[in-house]
Amino acid sequence: MANTAGPTEPPTLDVAVPPRKRSRAWLEALALPIAWLVIIVLFSALAPQTFPTWTNVSSLLASQAVLVVITLALIIPLTTGDFDLSVAAVAGLSAVVAAQLNAVMHYPLWISLVAALVVGLLVGLVNALFIVVFGVESLIITLGMGTFITGITLWITDSRVITGVEKVVTDWVITKRMLGIPMSFWYALVLTAIVWYVFTYTPLGQRMLVVGRNRDVARLAGIRVSLVRAGALVAASLMAALAGLLLLGTTGSASPSTALDYLLPAFAAAFLGSTTIKPGRFNAWGTLIAVYFLVTGITGLQLLGAKSFVQYLFYGGALILAVTFSQFVKRSRAKSGA
Amino acid sequence: MADAPLLKITGLTKIFGGQIALNEVDLVVEAGEVHGLLGENGSGKSTLIKILSGFHEPNAGELQVNGQDIALPLLPGEYRDLGFEFVHQDLGLVPSLTVTENLFMGEVATSHSGFFSWRAARVRAQAVFDEYNVDIDPGANVEQIRPVQRAILAIIRAIEGLKEIDKSNTESRRPNLLVLDEPTVFLPKHEVGILFDLVRGIVATGSSVLFVSHDLDEVRQITDRITVLRDGRSMGTINTEGSSKRDLVKLIVGHDLERIEPTPLQELAGRPVVVSVDRLSSSLAREISFDLHEGEILGLAGLVGSGYEDAVYSLFGSDRTASGTFVLDGRELDFGKHNPYAAKEMGLALVPADRKRDGSVADLSVAENINVTVLDRFFSGGRLRHGKLRDNARQLLKDFDVRPPIPTMDYGSFSGGNQQKAMMAKWQQITPKVLLLHEPTQGVDVGAREQIYQIIRSNLDTTAVLCASSDYEELATLCHRVAIVVRGRLVGYLSGTDVTHSKIADMCMSYEEEGSATAAAAALLDNAVGNGD
Repeated sequence: MANTAGPTEPPTLDVAVPPRKRSRAWLEALALPIAWLVIIVLFSALAPQTFPTWTNVSSLLASQAVLVVITLALIIPLTTGDFDLSVAAVAGLSAVVAAQLNAVMHYPLWISLVAALVVGLLVGLVNALFIVVFGVESLIITLGMGTFITGITLWITDSRVITGVEKVVTDWVITKRMLGIPMSFWYALVLTAIVWYVFTYTPLGQRMLVVGRNRDVARLAGIRVSLVRAGALVAASLMAALAGLLLLGTTGSASPSTALDYLLPAFAAAFLGSTTIKPGRFNAWGTLIAVYFLVTGITGLQLLGAKSFVQYLFYGGALILAVTFSQFVKRSRAKSGA
Repeated sequence: MADAPLLKITGLTKIFGGQIALNEVDLVVEAGEVHGLLGENGSGKSTLIKILSGFHEPNAGELQVNGQDIALPLLPGEYRDLGFEFVHQDLGLVPSLTVTENLFMGEVATSHSGFFSWRAARVRAQAVFDEYNVDIDPGANVEQIRPVQRAILAIIRAIEGLKEIDKSNTESRRPNLLVLDEPTVFLPKHEVGILFDLVRGIVATGSSVLFVSHDLDEVRQITDRITVLRDGRSMGTINTEGSSKRDLVKLIVGHDLERIEPTPLQELAGRPVVVSVDRLSSSLAREISFDLHEGEILGLAGLVGSGYEDAVYSLFGSDRTASGTFVLDGRELDFGKHNPYAAKEMGLALVPADRKRDGSVADLSVAENINVTVLDRFFSGGRLRHGKLRDNARQLLKDFDVRPPIPTMDYGSFSGGNQQKAMMAKWQQITPKVLLLHEPTQGVDVGAREQIYQIIRSNLDTTAVLCASSDYEELATLCHRVAIVVRGRLVGYLSGTDVTHSKIADMCMSYEEEGSATAAAAALLDNAVGNGD
């Protein structure tokens, strides 16, 4: 009954990826930037007097620099597989510490700024202690830590807004401009480039990725998993402290609660950013684009007369859709590759 | 036998992105037979099964069940109505739940009543196990029972699930098709027989079993007929009785395998020792000591639970319970303070048994998986050289014959044999002093297995090998010496012409049976080995 199959040549496997698949990958990577351009064009057409103006563009770019940096802080531990829900609170604490030292206690500015960063560093170390050394779930620890820090922030400020920080801070963040755009945007751009460089062009970035995907595999490949995770948590807090200083420079004052509003938008931007440029991975440029995509949509709608509630719809909706979308992509990939 | 076959597939074809996975495959499974489906990884076995479960849509082909035409593709869940049930390699059990909870999981999930008596369920579970004449404690957690018991539990659950459907359909009792997809891969060889008794019991009731495997011995032992797939084509169906192993191998790989002569034992005594282990203890191992020489392949054999594999993981620093010392490069090191990072820096490499869980990240590319051990080499001028990394991976895929050699393809999309070859490439490229292996060819097809052995042998001038395996045939083929571990103790070595399947098996098991006498014998041997050093 056996087939007398002749000397069958094994089918030669095409080494190149089929062109259709490649173009689909491109489309996937560029979908969000394209969508961004589309809404820019759309709003420019709908609100030609207000939307495509230089004032609007430059204020839009500058005002969201804080969100960009907080989101960058978030994607570092997300890449290594940990959540950090305390980043927004750390940004708030950092702004308040710098303001309190400089405006209220009259320390020199540089000491105030360095102190704020040191506070960020310490929070990161405590996070790492509980999460990496004691092995507690990062979601829980940082949720608690965020609340705890908010308590400290309110305590320091007595729930009041601190004003009177030296003017040089606002000068260097929001008043001075390059190419007509306030400096805060350029700082965010530099930080984005640094995160991009570390993620893409250093062995550390590649190791972080493996740690985030599977800790056991990373450990058995000789990667110092605990060190990488702890480092990511510390870097996140430090980055969040920087965001706090940007916030201080943007508003010229430190409010104990403003920074907290950045947490959900940051999550939305982080997950939305992971669907673009390098789909399936948290990446720096994707983060930047996602932040500005979301804020373009919100600003545009508000210029057309929508009330402030749209931002909640936008950020909440974006988070849900982005995470769902990335799940679908993952699943369809698993199926086509099986 | 019924007039119409239980399952008849004609001209089944499936194309993935321009590549033909199944090419007009025919398959007939008669009622009451165990039908083997053989083929290398990537030959199309899994694709065929996934079409039967409704997961893939075929491009062409016809399906008949009990003589009735069934439209393809199958709808989700339709396979149950047709009387098909699947047990996959991973078994689909929840380890932290009890045997009873796992057994009745499906029933609970679909139950419409508000109350489910677990006490009654436990009694029923016992009755079911009695019916099949198997000994499993219904109250035990699944993670506590033996691997073979887990496999049996998964199979019984599948059959019982089909019976439930039959009852609700109120049709007359009809034969079912149970598809066992590599059920023996994670079982120790000597326990496979228990599983086969169960399979024979199932076909005695008129149902059929489609038995998918690459283990030729097992397939020849249990099946009535065998269909072989190669490169997506059916190479024909033959009766198991009267077919030789050689015939099958020829059908599977398309040519005769070169006879691999067991490597003769070289004079190892005069060779320098690479690593010397002194009184290693772990959760299972008890004061194991041995020397690994340059150019040697030392096997570690033992029954499951004997701790035979612990030395492999301890040397790589991944067993936190390990204590004792070892000497490498003239340095004495403590197992308790050892870690994988240090191990890698010292030139040790580990290919773990569970490559899915411990060895690789399925949704990263094969290049990223391979390159993780050499990232620093490609960091120059302040940046990681991605082009060179890709070239490195491409070259390694070629050298180690990983197919298809596409560096950007997800690791998880490769077949088992190719995944394992990629794992070998990942570590061999750092030319380790000692390569630590655990079950190096588990779930790997015949052809790839030979290639992996070849890789191991051809690097012996730089890399000594410590290989823990429950596959005695593998140890016999590969090793110069085999150390036998019984109840955590190293009881002795086989070397030279004594390294045979049967002698390894005898030694692993004979000590096990002798009970208290064993401990004394082990202690004696321990001393002998200790003094010999």
